[in-house]
Order: sequence, then structure tokens, then C-alpha cells
Amino acid sequence: MVSVCFYFQVHQPERIRKYSVFEVGKSADYFFHQKNREIIERVAKKCYLPANAIILEQLKKHGRLKVAYSFSGVVLEQLEKYVPEAISSFQKLADTGKVEILDETYYHSLAFLYSKKEFFEQVRMHRRKISELFGQKPKVFRNTELTYNNELAATAAEMGYKAVLAEGADHILGWRSPNFVYKPVTADIKLLLKNYRLSDDIAFRFSNHDWKHWPLTAEKFASWVNSINGNGNCVNLFMDYETFGEHQWPSTGIFNFLRAVPGEILKHPDNDFRTPTEIAEFKPVGELDVPFTVSWADVERDLSAWTGNKMQQAALQKIYEMEAAIRGSGSKKLIENWRKLQTSDHFYYMCTKWFNDGDVHKYFNPYDSPYDAFIAYMNIISDIKQKLKPIEEAIPTIMR
Amino acid sequence: MFGWEFPPFSSGGLGSACYGLARALSRENVDITFVLPQANPIEYDFMKVIAANIPRLKLRGIKSMISGYATSHEYEQKIFQMKMKADPSLEIYGQNLIEEVERYANKAAEIAREEAHDLIHAHDWLTFKAGIAAKKASGKPLVVHVHATEFDRTGGHGVNQYVYDAEREGMHAADAIIAVSNYTKSKIIRYYAVSPEKVHVVHNAIDIDSTAANPQHKTGKVVLYLGRVTLQKGPDYFVDAAKKVLEKEPDARFIIAGKGDMETRLINKAASLGISDRVLFTGFLRDSDIAKAYSMASLYVMPSVSEPFGITPLEAAGNCTPVMISKQSGVSEVLNHCLRVDFWDVNEMANKILAVLHHRELQEALTENSFREVSRMSWASSAKKCMQVYEAVK
Repeated sequence: MVSVCFYFQVHQPERIRKYSVFEVGKSADYFFHQKNREIIERVAKKCYLPANAIILEQLKKHGRLKVAYSFSGVVLEQLEKYVPEAISSFQKLADTGKVEILDETYYHSLAFLYSKKEFFEQVRMHRRKISELFGQKPKVFRNTELTYNNELAATAAEMGYKAVLAEGADHILGWRSPNFVYKPVTADIKLLLKNYRLSDDIAFRFSNHDWKHWPLTAEKFASWVNSINGNGNCVNLFMDYETFGEHQWPSTGIFNFLRAVPGEILKHPDNDFRTPTEIAEFKPVGELDVPFTVSWADVERDLSAWTGNKMQQAALQKIYEMEAAIRGSGSKKLIENWRKLQTSDHFYYMCTKWFNDGDVHKYFNPYDSPYDAFIAYMNIISDIKQKLKPIEEAIPTIMR
Repeated sequence: MFGWEFPPFSSGGLGSACYGLARALSRENVDITFVLPQANPIEYDFMKVIAANIPRLKLRGIKSMISGYATSHEYEQKIFQMKMKADPSLEIYGQNLIEEVERYANKAAEIAREEAHDLIHAHDWLTFKAGIAAKKASGKPLVVHVHATEFDRTGGHGVNQYVYDAEREGMHAADAIIAVSNYTKSKIIRYYAVSPEKVHVVHNAIDIDSTAANPQHKTGKVVLYLGRVTLQKGPDYFVDAAKKVLEKEPDARFIIAGKGDMETRLINKAASLGISDRVLFTGFLRDSDIAKAYSMASLYVMPSVSEPFGITPLEAAGNCTPVMISKQSGVSEVLNHCLRVDFWDVNEMANKILAVLHHRELQEALTENSFREVSRMSWASSAKKCMQVYEAVK
């Protein structure tokens, strides 16, 4: 018996524009509205809408098909503003009762690593948003970019979640298989691990002509799933939703694959589909100890894509060290901007790891270079700091 | 190989490019006779000392007044001065740069008959006529190497017809053309009516001892311009950016190192902008001072209006100094870890200069990454590409 668990990540950041130092104190308009609109409209048209149509059609066709989604709050806001039909299309999926929605931080942030207080607030905001739009109260938590460690497991357990997701990275699993449910050493919660080989076969290798398994057919993929029978309970296929139609273009045949794969998997009588909450009903086969943070990014599967260089570290330090002053300001606008600036993508754009190759990581990146990304970000920080100054100076007076 | 400058007496990137390439070719077992103008014997002896480091290189001088980056006007001034001094050697030289270039070509033909060779490689227009003459004399294939075009030197305004014709003639007479960048290749195709298949891109390089990283702790806020102070190099945009930077960061200092025909104008400009005390003009710097200038600078800026390649940013990066280059440059095709601006975008230039001065993390990230990047470059790989071009025309 193998249960297949599809979870799709839906996220687009609110990118900042090339904000110059000469605008500090003069303009509080930090975001790249035109570009953000262009991208969200394109992604909705190329991916969300056509992929949703296929999933809906397949959910109707196969009574046993189930899937899960996780949305960042920032992508939902942008869709509401620019592509409301995408929201209703996702709502239709949720209305089938066979689509589970997960919780995450509203701003797709790394707050868990820098401020617990902020992390809790963002998760609360997210729950509210999901309840409003989809009428669901998520039972499973996934942290930004699948970042995970023992502490996160304990926190998610305290918050009442049944399960938490993580990358099935070799360096945490060792000889063990991702195709079982585990229990973190620190908490009484289920740990669901991504089967990165099978997930990445779809997300990254699908259109790679040099790959020995190219072209990947639904039939071939189902046979790999079938071969897990007897060696595992579940196959967790976690990926960005943009895989369908954006990262893999329609011409690669990705939509046909998506349409055919549920039927192929269900051909084997022992296979079924489950949502993360249902996967969490499996009994854990062992405990996993993850004292350091893992993620689903790159070969390293760590935090280096966001915190690996000095610029990223400086930017993260600056944004979180102003937390108290931002809250103290009581300004809704300041707090909202500050939160939007926590979105992990801003730090990702400053990454210098792969800059030499100029490769796939440029996707959706509005900057020519990681240095430009850093400069714009730090100029915005300067502007916010300048706004906070009179507030900070006023606080002691009020206290007196 | 025909060139017109060679270290230590070179005023620009061409000398160091010729040296780097010649040395790397000799390591690939290519024998080179390097022919260059010889203004006076003492200088020539120094060049021989430098060239002695290269085993398969033989240096040959032709007594000539051609010198690097000379304009016809400057050449005529020199001749005029010699006339005033009644210099006895005067009768050898052409009365103007044009005559001199042609006289040089005749001498080149003589050398081509004396020296055994398989191929002729000529660097930039001053030597193209020499290359053509040598080809006529020996019948060997000619490769012309374009380090700059008249359109780069003049910024597209006031193109000298004679120079353009000489460039065009050289390119068309050549069996193959080497361009120092795709940027230059596209100029060659667009302005000189050459078919793209004939033009091969061989980027310049730098040979750095990767273990010799010597990042200095930079205390001052020093921004460096280093290069000829001419229209092509965009020093006026640098001064405009300085003015903007100083509005936000009064402690910044700007160094303009190099000589050129815009120097006086820029000194006056700095004065009229009221920033003379913050902008220092050093004049021409020797190699040891150049290294010093790089290492004290928080940022090296190359604001060129049109830069076929631009080797100084690689040198700056090799000296552990962050680099900002204009997008209108060939070097931006090979250097990723740098800041880029349009030469005319003075606000953005100032924005980025201020970012480097204010954020140590940015300075350090640029320094470390660009050093790593340039230490992976080598003239050996450029030499190998040249040899492929040689093979194709032999």
C-alpha cells in the first residue's frame, strides 16, 4: 500500500523596486507594482488557472484523488488585487472537500529564525486569511522554503498542529527512507518528509533532454511509485506549483503529465492518494533528530541561499533589529511594509552562490545582480529608519 | 606580431594585453617576433628587460615617433618641438602621423622579409598598414586584433576618416579578425561591413597569483578613477557623480589618476562645482603607485562611454578592490561580481558609490567574490583561443 501525497506551494513575493538612496526621506513607495502585477498575471495565466482546471477535472474524475496546497498571504493579496478569478478557481478546488490547505507564515518569511513573536503573529494572520478565503482551519504546518529543525517541530506541536513538513534530505535521513512517517525527537507531532528524488523528477528534470529517463511519462512515473510498495507507506511529492506551466513550459508536455498521472497511479490497486493530515495517521517508524536547519533549496538543502553571505546577514539583522521600534510606532503602514520586507525572496535575490552560472535561480528575479538587490533593500531600510527616528525619540517623553 | 606599446612604457591597456598574450603564447610554444615603435633607445632597453621574461619572444624596434593613443594633433606638436630644437633625427620621421604610419609600414615589410614567420598578428589600426605590408612581402596570413575602434575613441563624434579607413582596410585585408569582446565584435560588424564569421572574440584576461590575496582594511572613503582622462573613458561623469555623493557623504574623497586632454577641463569643473578639496588629480601613475591607489580605494570606478574591453577593472579586482563598471564595456561580459551602471546615469552611479561607502558587507562581498572570479582567469585560455584562430587561417 502506497499513499501518494501531493502538496503544491503557491507563492509570489512583492518585489521591491530599484529604490535609490536619493529617494530616502522622499518616497515611501518601495514596491515594484508594475513588475509584480505583470508577474502575477503571467503566472496565473500560464500556471495557476490551467493547472487548477486540470486538477479540478481530475478530482471529479477520480473519487480517490486528493491534493494539498499552501499559499503565502502575499500571493493571495496579489491575486485578490490583480487576478481575482484565480482566487475563485482555488476556492472551487477547496470546495470539493478533497483539497487540504496548509498553514505557513503570511509573509513567507524567515521569522521563525529571528523573532518568535513575529513568527506567531504571521501564522495567526495566515490562519485568519485561509479561514476567510477557504473556510479551513489547517492542521498541518509547513515553514517557509521547507525550513525545519527540532525547535520548529516543538513549536508547531505547541501550536496544535498534527504534522509538520520537511525536506527528506540525505543528511538528516542517513540510511532511512523518506517514505515513512517519523517523529521529531523534540515533540509529539508527525514529520512528513519530501521524497526529493521523485518530486524533483517532475519539478526539475521533467524537460531535461540529457536526463536518461527523459521523456517522463505518467506511466513511467507511476511504475516508480509502485516500486515503493513494500518499502514505504507514503510518497510525499512536494513542489512549487509554478512547476506546471512556468518552470516547465506547456510545450514540454507537463500539463498532459499532470492530467494523466493520477489515473496511472490509481491503476495499481494498492495505491491511493492522501492529504498531509491523512498521511499523519500513519504510525511513526522512528525518531529524527534535526538540531540544525534544513530546507528544500539547492544541493546543500540548508539556509545558505538566504543567509549564506554577509550582505544577506546584514540585511536580515537590520530588518529584525527594528522590530521593537516598528511595533512601537503603532503605524499600520510601517508595520505592513516592514513585514513585506521580511519575505524570504528579498534575501534570495542577494545570493551570490550561483551568480557565476547565471542559471535557473534568475527566475522571477527583478535584479541584474545580487549587489543591486542588496543596495535597493538597504536604501529602503534607511528610509524606514528615518521614519522611526522621531517616533523613537518621542517614546521616552510619553513614558515620562 | 606588430604592436605599438609594451610594458613598462605603456600608457594604456594595450601594452599589458600584448604582454599577457605574448607571454601566454610563448608558453604554448609559439615563437614571436614582437615589432614595435622605438622612440628612444633607453626606453627600448627597458622593454627588452621586461620581454626577457618571455623565452620565445624576440623584440624588434623600428625607430618611430608613433606612440600610444597619439592623435594627429599631438604628433604634429611633437614634430614641431623637434623642429624648434633642430633635432638631427627629424629627417627620418614623417611630417605628420599619417606619413609616419605609412613609413612604419614600409619598415615592417623589410622586417617581414628578414624574419622567418608563419603568420602576422597586428594589434590596432596604427599597425594594420604594417600588417598588410608584411603580408604582401611574405604572403603569410594576417590576423588583425581589434582592441578599440575609432568609434570607441571618439564616442562616435568626429570620427577621423583616415583612421576609420585604415581600420576598415586592415579588417578587410585580414584573413581573420580578433575582437576583445562581443561588444567590439558587434561594432566591427555594424560599422566596418565585415561578415560575422570572420570575427572571433578573444577576451582579454589577467594572470593573478590566487594565493596573493591581500585585502586591506580600508579606513577612508576613497573612490578611484584610473585611466586616461579622455572623453572615451567618461571621467566627467565620474566628477558629476562625485558631486552627488558628496551631498550625502561629505567625507568621501575622489581620486582621478591618469593624464589626458580633458584634465584641465575637469579640474575647472570640480572647482566650479565647489568640490576641488575632495577631488584629487594625481596625473600619470607608475605601476607601484597604481597598486597603492587600488589598495587604498574603497571602490574603483570605470565610467567609460565606450570601452571595447577594459582591463583595469580586472587589475583592481586582483588588488582586492571592489569594482563598478559601465555597461558599455567588454569587460562586463567576463566580470560578474561587480556593480554595473550606464555611464550617463550619474544618479545611479552615486547611489551605488554611496552603498559601497556605507555598507561594509557590500564592499567585502564584492572584494572577495571578484578576487575569486579574476583569479580563475588566465591569459593561457585567451592564448589558446588565438591559436585556434591561427590554425583556422594557416
